[in-house]
Amino acid sequence: MSDVVEKTLSALPGLFDSQTGAARITSRLRQLVKSITELTSKNEEESLIKQELSSMKEQVSSPNTSMMREIMVRAMYCEMLGYDASFTYIHAIKLAQQGGVLEKRVGYLAVSLFLNEGHELLLLLVNTVLKDLQSTNVIEAYMALTVVAQVFPKDMIPAVLPLLEDKLSYPKEIIRRKAVLALYKFYLIAPNQVQHIHAKFRKALCDRDPGVMTSSLHIYLQLITESPDDYKDLTGSFVTILKQVVGGKLPVDFNYHNVPAPWLQIQLLRILSLLGKEDRSTSELMYEVLDESLRRAEMNHNITYAILYECVKAIYTIHPKAELLEKAARCIGNFVLSPKINLRYLGLKALTYVVQHDAKLALQHQMTIIECLDHTDFTIKRETLELLFRITNAQNVTVIVEKMLDFLHGCSDEHTIIHLVGKVAELAEKFAPDNSWFIQTMNDVFSTGGDLLQQDVPNNFLRLLAEGSESKEEDDQLRLYAVNSYLTVLKGDASHLPQRFLQVMSWVLGEYAHLQESVDQREVIRLLTQLLDQRSVSSETRVWILSALTKISEGQTDLILDLAESLSSSQDTVLRQQAQELRQLSQDSQLYEWVLPRGAPWDSMEVDSSLSFLDGFVSEALAAGAAPYKPPHQRQEELCEDRALNLEPYSFSLPVSLSSCSITDRQSPTLLSVSSGLSGNSTELSQKAGSSTLILEGVKRVWGRDGYLRQNETTAPPVDEPSAAVQPSGQQEAAERLEPQPEPSTQNQDKLQLASSLFVGLGAGSSMSLLGKSEAPPPRFRKKPRPHESSSSSSSGTSERSSDSSSRSSHSTTDSFLYGSLLEEEPATSISAFSHTPKSSTANGLAQNKDTKEDRRANTSQILGGDMVIVRPNTFQDKHPSLVSSDLTALLPADLKDLPHSDVISLTSDPSLSLSSCRLFRDEALLLVILISNCTETVIKDVAVQLTCEELETASLRGNVMNCLEGNSTSVCHYALLMDEPHTNVSFTGTVSYQTQPGHTNTLSFSGTLSAADFIRPLVVSTEEYGKLWLSLSHDVKQNLKLLTDASDPLRTTLNALKDALQLHVVDIIGSEGIVACRLLSGAPCLLHCRVNGAALAMWLRSPHPALPDCILYHCQRALAQH
Amino acid sequence: MIKAILIFNNHGKPRMSKFYEHYTEDTEQQIIRETFHLVSKRDENVCNFLEGGLLIGGSENKLIYRHYATLYFVFCVDSSESELGILDLIQVFVETLDKCFENVCELDLIFHLDKVHNILAEMVMGGMVLETNMSEIITQVEAQGKMEKSETLTLLFICQSMRQSQASRFSSKIS
Repeated sequence: MSDVVEKTLSALPGLFDSQTGAARITSRLRQLVKSITELTSKNEEESLIKQELSSMKEQVSSPNTSMMREIMVRAMYCEMLGYDASFTYIHAIKLAQQGGVLEKRVGYLAVSLFLNEGHELLLLLVNTVLKDLQSTNVIEAYMALTVVAQVFPKDMIPAVLPLLEDKLSYPKEIIRRKAVLALYKFYLIAPNQVQHIHAKFRKALCDRDPGVMTSSLHIYLQLITESPDDYKDLTGSFVTILKQVVGGKLPVDFNYHNVPAPWLQIQLLRILSLLGKEDRSTSELMYEVLDESLRRAEMNHNITYAILYECVKAIYTIHPKAELLEKAARCIGNFVLSPKINLRYLGLKALTYVVQHDAKLALQHQMTIIECLDHTDFTIKRETLELLFRITNAQNVTVIVEKMLDFLHGCSDEHTIIHLVGKVAELAEKFAPDNSWFIQTMNDVFSTGGDLLQQDVPNNFLRLLAEGSESKEEDDQLRLYAVNSYLTVLKGDASHLPQRFLQVMSWVLGEYAHLQESVDQREVIRLLTQLLDQRSVSSETRVWILSALTKISEGQTDLILDLAESLSSSQDTVLRQQAQELRQLSQDSQLYEWVLPRGAPWDSMEVDSSLSFLDGFVSEALAAGAAPYKPPHQRQEELCEDRALNLEPYSFSLPVSLSSCSITDRQSPTLLSVSSGLSGNSTELSQKAGSSTLILEGVKRVWGRDGYLRQNETTAPPVDEPSAAVQPSGQQEAAERLEPQPEPSTQNQDKLQLASSLFVGLGAGSSMSLLGKSEAPPPRFRKKPRPHESSSSSSSGTSERSSDSSSRSSHSTTDSFLYGSLLEEEPATSISAFSHTPKSSTANGLAQNKDTKEDRRANTSQILGGDMVIVRPNTFQDKHPSLVSSDLTALLPADLKDLPHSDVISLTSDPSLSLSSCRLFRDEALLLVILISNCTETVIKDVAVQLTCEELETASLRGNVMNCLEGNSTSVCHYALLMDEPHTNVSFTGTVSYQTQPGHTNTLSFSGTLSAADFIRPLVVSTEEYGKLWLSLSHDVKQNLKLLTDASDPLRTTLNALKDALQLHVVDIIGSEGIVACRLLSGAPCLLHCRVNGAALAMWLRSPHPALPDCILYHCQRALAQH
Repeated sequence: MIKAILIFNNHGKPRMSKFYEHYTEDTEQQIIRETFHLVSKRDENVCNFLEGGLLIGGSENKLIYRHYATLYFVFCVDSSESELGILDLIQVFVETLDKCFENVCELDLIFHLDKVHNILAEMVMGGMVLETNMSEIITQVEAQGKMEKSETLTLLFICQSMRQSQASRFSSKIS
């Protein structure tokens, strides 16, 4: 007892010290804040903060930690004001490392505020985090989890991952919840590192604490957004959860303004709408609960509107149901008509969304929409325009575009301008009623959009002009309008026009000025030269103007020569070159004719894509000892290799010099593509060097990556002699129309008329046609499909699919967990798994099968019936009792006996038949052998086996139909299965039908799973070949794996373990590095480079197939975990 | 996901800023300025949503804000968050601050920047909404505050009274 007192007494002075420290804290900070608020100018503030920082710098060097907390808070304050306090970063980390709980807290907070994920100092924190995660003090673990979810270096994720997984089963719910969110964060920054714990996410979803379940929804929202198909089986669970939440089954704590867990509802509704999208059967599951939500959400608080809004969105997203749609439409009406401005905004948003499905709804609210159009709120106006944009058609386009332009003129927000101007341009292109309107509108777009415009707006416009439509006459008229309009613009004051507009104008004038015969070409030249003299014109625009001049200067050399002369001494090299060319061309009319043939169709231009005319020059240079050309990425690579300190986990210490062979190897395909990509435009283009970016688009692509691109439609009519194109009379008419026509004045008309003009074409009958806006009225200017576009978009997107396909657990477990946790009144029997009636035998079979796997992994002895169990070749011994004695392998056909094979496992059985399967590994396929044994004494007739697997391809099958099977005998049928796309696991299902008595058919269904490991074959290559192959592969993945450290040579042991599990070919092991190769059957190779990195195995995988490395990595992880 | 949470006063002085995505320090300051510029010119009777500025990611992101007396609370979120939901989350945040500081005022945020951050960390973690239940948040904050109390014992009361007396003195100067 006295001991305790003594201790307390001795601790008192320290306590007192810290108190005074704390008192100083506030006073110092207060001093700082006070002086800052008293300041009047930014300058004073700066000097004060500088002073403060320097005093802090002094203080941090003294070892008094009680001050440290206070300094951190001051540093946070300075950083928040935008001053650099980076010298405190290291102290923040120190504080988190060494301090007591309080200091730690401030330290962690400071770290999460100061540092970002890539900051190098963060590495110093990793150990502290690890220590705290393991700490018995809940608060410490809690803080560590918080910091992990905020900032954590990506490379270090494997280190904390197991600890986080442990935390998922921590007794305290807040810890579990934070762990789930931290894992979600990891998933966001490094998806393939957490793919093996998807099953644990499911467990979190079934957590008995609703809070943990809620946080797991973050993950599911993300996962389902990425691949809704993989999670359809969870729909039932989500619906059940939502039902319980809506029904008020959650504790009252979760209520917010008497609404049960509104945020949770919102999240669930979003998930459901993703799942039900374009999926009728899934949608049907959720109709009831959506209806319920709509009904329950009484209009009494903001947050119920939030739920309603999500409900409405979900109803319109999923497969439609008339009754619900009606209710939702009424809801939207309530929103739109609400006096609350926030709700009105959401109403407009909902309308915008809905109008794509049901344009009539907009009609109902047209008066409100008109009101919103004149609303003082900028956001509301914008949203209204967005809505109008969606309902635009050929009839109302002029009014809507006018409204949009009105808005744009009064708008100063850059971002809005960019966004909206693009939309105006899109509408103008799609629905323009006539040429003059189109050109006028585009002029408006260019002058208001200015230089903020996205590059593709002018590009598209020029392309449209250049390529034209089918009718040459119309094209020329449009061009003529453009020329006329630009001449008028240029005659006025052009100094304020944006550069982009000037560029467009000069290009059009250069190309098409000759179409306008009534205007002297000299006049055009004069106008353009005037532009050149203007100071506000940028040098890029000057290049455009000059190239336009070059095009129209033919025969007018007298006007040009001076100009060319003066510009040929310009500072700008591109401009100088252009001027030189102009001078040359103007002196040599023959050359001019050849380089710039007037009106020649682009197709006829020949492009030497291989630049063969340079061959002589190149070979000469090479002979003279020049270095061969290397493409930029190659140079980059070599530069990296040259660096003295290579911190990359991979460095090539292989004995062969790889770089030399790779150059030649690479050069042929890549170089060609680079050069052809650059010169994939006409010779004409090369004349306009310097201004290439824009014109690239204006010119038809004739040469693409793969060589000559065939035009898959009628070629554009060549720009012919002007006389043929434009009749004099038409020309006059054009000139008349050029006069700015009085716009149909809508301002004076009342709103009703505006409404009728805005919503024209949205009438009852036409709502269908609006579903696909593009198909309704044929767009006036039809764009030609860009031939090179198709190739670019196809390559992505395959990789994501496969990563998630592995971990599906049963929906039935989820359900039962939920019943257990949320629905106490549910009969107890339903808690036990598998008592649910299966939705379909397939789903159930799959689910059960997975469960079996899981159970086994968890070493529980609960093994279910005769379900199939997966046995992997050689890796781990299966203790499953239904393992069939290996003498069945003796039954294999003679020609297959020599192949490597897995153990025989029993699939299923009934009183008369028992099925088992065995996998045989052939080089080019997996042979799935199904052994059918007759357990009875009698003969079984007409045995037929049917096997289906969506992901795999069946190359051949044998013995799947038998006329009779003798008593106590066994027959064999085998399937050769091919895997084209890597999947981590694939499941197959099948049925056997047979007759024990004539006319009485029995069926026996079976299912099972195959893993990608079954399809991986060794790739036997030499080290040299490996090196060559390595450089040619593009998709790579890096990750640290567990190293089996129990043996004397850990690398070799680990690689051998992997080799046994996955049939890899170990190419070479040198020191602490090893290279391994394999392939997917006889298809895509995958190269693995392994390096011992401390206690981990740094694995670097490369493959031409984006999904294969992930897949193999997954199996490597599993194999090592099993070992 | 929530990209950033900003609190600044009517003059654009930052009172708290928390970014859940990485921006450089300069960009962060620019974002605060830009956001202030966007938000401050809006009237009281308009809606609480607007599209994010250029820096924070344009039309992908929304700014959802509330204005309380001298302070603007701005949440910048992407399309995966519900507007009204966030609006109420701000309300929860402010109410929680109010409970924790007993009648919160601008000065509380200045002097207890770390506490404000700690409270926020209970609600939003790494850009994800962690907890929306006010009493739960307060329980967590208090549980952590307890260790603080055990360390600084009686001083808390002294500080408390000092804070109140001084706060009232400053508030006239600041506002």
